[in-house]
Amino acid sequence: MATTQELKSRGAVLLDDVRSSSWQSRIAVVITVALLVLLLIQAIKDPGQFFSQLLVGITNGAIIALIALGYTLVYGIIELINFAHGDNFMIGSFVGLTVLSGTFLGLSFFAPITAESGAVLKIFGVILALVIAMVVCGLINVGIERVAYKPLRNSPRLAVLITAIGMSFILQNLGLIWKGASQIPFPDLISDDNVLAGITYTVFYRWKDLFVILVTMPLLVGLSYFIQRTKQGKAMRAVAQDKEAAAMMGINVNRTISITFLLGGILAGASGVMFGLFNGTTVFNLGFRQGLFAFTAAVLGGIGNLTGAVLGGLVIGVIGSMNDQYIGVRWTDIVIFTVLILVLVFRPRGLLGDRSAVQGGGQQ
Amino acid sequence: MPVGLILLALVLPLINGALGADLMFPVIVVAIYVMLALGLNIVVGFAGLLDLGFVAFYALGAYVVGWFASTHFNEVSFAFLSALPAQGVSGRELPGIHISFWLLLLVAGAFTALWGIIIGAPTLRLRGDYLAIVTLGFGEIIPRFFVNGDNIFGYNLTNGTIGIKGIDPPGLPFLPNSLNTWRQFGTLDLDPWYYTILILVLVTIFVNIRLRDSRLGRAWVAVREDEAAAAAMGVNTTTTKLWAYALGAVFGGLAGAFYGAFIKSIFPTSFSFNISVLVLCMVILGGMGNIYGVILGAILLQGINFYLLPEVNGWVHAIGDALESPLLSNADIPKYNYFLFGILLVMMMLLRPEGVIPNRQRREELHEGEEDESVVEPTHV
Repeated sequence: MATTQELKSRGAVLLDDVRSSSWQSRIAVVITVALLVLLLIQAIKDPGQFFSQLLVGITNGAIIALIALGYTLVYGIIELINFAHGDNFMIGSFVGLTVLSGTFLGLSFFAPITAESGAVLKIFGVILALVIAMVVCGLINVGIERVAYKPLRNSPRLAVLITAIGMSFILQNLGLIWKGASQIPFPDLISDDNVLAGITYTVFYRWKDLFVILVTMPLLVGLSYFIQRTKQGKAMRAVAQDKEAAAMMGINVNRTISITFLLGGILAGASGVMFGLFNGTTVFNLGFRQGLFAFTAAVLGGIGNLTGAVLGGLVIGVIGSMNDQYIGVRWTDIVIFTVLILVLVFRPRGLLGDRSAVQGGGQQ
Repeated sequence: MPVGLILLALVLPLINGALGADLMFPVIVVAIYVMLALGLNIVVGFAGLLDLGFVAFYALGAYVVGWFASTHFNEVSFAFLSALPAQGVSGRELPGIHISFWLLLLVAGAFTALWGIIIGAPTLRLRGDYLAIVTLGFGEIIPRFFVNGDNIFGYNLTNGTIGIKGIDPPGLPFLPNSLNTWRQFGTLDLDPWYYTILILVLVTIFVNIRLRDSRLGRAWVAVREDEAAAAAMGVNTTTTKLWAYALGAVFGGLAGAFYGAFIKSIFPTSFSFNISVLVLCMVILGGMGNIYGVILGAILLQGINFYLLPEVNGWVHAIGDALESPLLSNADIPKYNYFLFGILLVMMMLLRPEGVIPNRQRREELHEGEEDESVVEPTHV
């Protein structure tokens, strides 16, 4: 009896929620449900294709989520849309490519690691590329903050945003000068074979996809540990809540902000190398599109909210891959930018809530 | 001084002819950008709303002319006051819609104003940086729509990446035959084009000055400085901001319409994010909110594009040849112009955010946080 009572009251609460909801959110729910039903029909028609595409979406989403974390970390702490972040990601993929080629500034350090190299060498190469790209991108991000954002911390927010756009163009053109304007192939180090080959032949899950998840997971766990458990992480949370109060408590605000940028850059570097290995190609203006996708993910999840960024990344990745499959690749950009606009206009808090606003760091 | 400058602008083709210089094409492009920058200045400079998708209006204006003054819609045949003879050489009616350029200017202005309101309306309650990103989103969607628009449910609306070609020239068909270059603007003699854009620019400047000094202009300043206070003083912030979007969009659209007719073929790839940033650079370099500053910014940046960078390219090649460095002697410096513009944006924001010729109020606002720096930020902790 008690349970039915509870159920009833829950139902009543739900009804109340629906009654008090705005027409906008009702329309949003109806459209989302309709789209999900359409997807479900596709899933029943051809489950193999649907699940393969879903897994590709999750992999792409993991790459996007890592970039989105960089946006959300920085936004959470200084309320800046770090426009240059996407281009930092591009630099990360370029650094990875350079490490794998073994040649830098005309000096040859080791023979290029290619698809023909041995397994041990490949693993070593991938790890080295990831580590160096993470370090370089982290330092670039810290450097950008020092040079371009720190002097403007008390200026109007639009001034800093304009500086960030300027930095984005600087990085993009550095990439252009470094590697030229054409698409650059990445060595094909990770197998395209199906992981699930022994189990099922309709769903495709390549080793490449697994690789992305295997790298992303420890990074997410590490980040979460750092922010939740370490002293510096605690300082970051404090600065995000209230800079002045944190400073009065003896927290070095400038160093904390630098570390936030460092973390964002590290994640972007890892993401850049994985993007290259996963997609087999990179190009100098990659950062603009991927950066906007990641920013969409950060906003969708609730900017400033780390869990939200990961969730948003996965959702954006899946939306992208589903759209590739069922509507057409050429419309994917438009669909995702539309999601960005819709979320910003109708639910700027995002799915999980805008942490910086909740914690009082939002604009007054 | 303004009168002198206008006189100089009026006789520029004569000077150009006397010097035998090839100035007219660059000058016309610069003038198009002056219009764009003045349009963006209304949104960014006057109303203080950062618009990162201004290129959308430029593209829409260009496509209005592309659609209604070319053979694109070849399933119909319709001409109205067009500078082209209604019958082609073969005596048959020309396919496509051919409407007078002068009417299309009005249409483009109205159409882009409408889009300014469509884009502006839902974004008005957003705070500054979110608004910038939403406008960026629209600025990306619209050119991409033009790319994909060759197959909207099977209908070819925009001809995709191939773009719309063979756009009709403007003209004054009522003139006698002896004034042939004015009856139908040609590609050899650029003077009619020049005077057209000159009139458009002068009208834009005039409207900008009148707007700045109007009730609406003061409302923009009030909303920019403190929205809540402005609302409390009885300024309707929603309509004030919408006017800024709509009027800014009109000038973007007019510039786009002229560009479409002048360049004759429009491609969706010509309307990239880079253009939005270039125009933003002009506004910021010159001085947000200062009409003359913005004009100077547009002239300076396009001057860099047209003259300085090719010049620098020559120097770098010379140095490269002297040092026998193939890297330098084959470098393509103009390709990296956005590198320079990026640096420019950062340097301007760091060193002189109010621009070369500042607007006094704007300067005060941009330096607002600086005096009480020690209070807001604990210096060393």
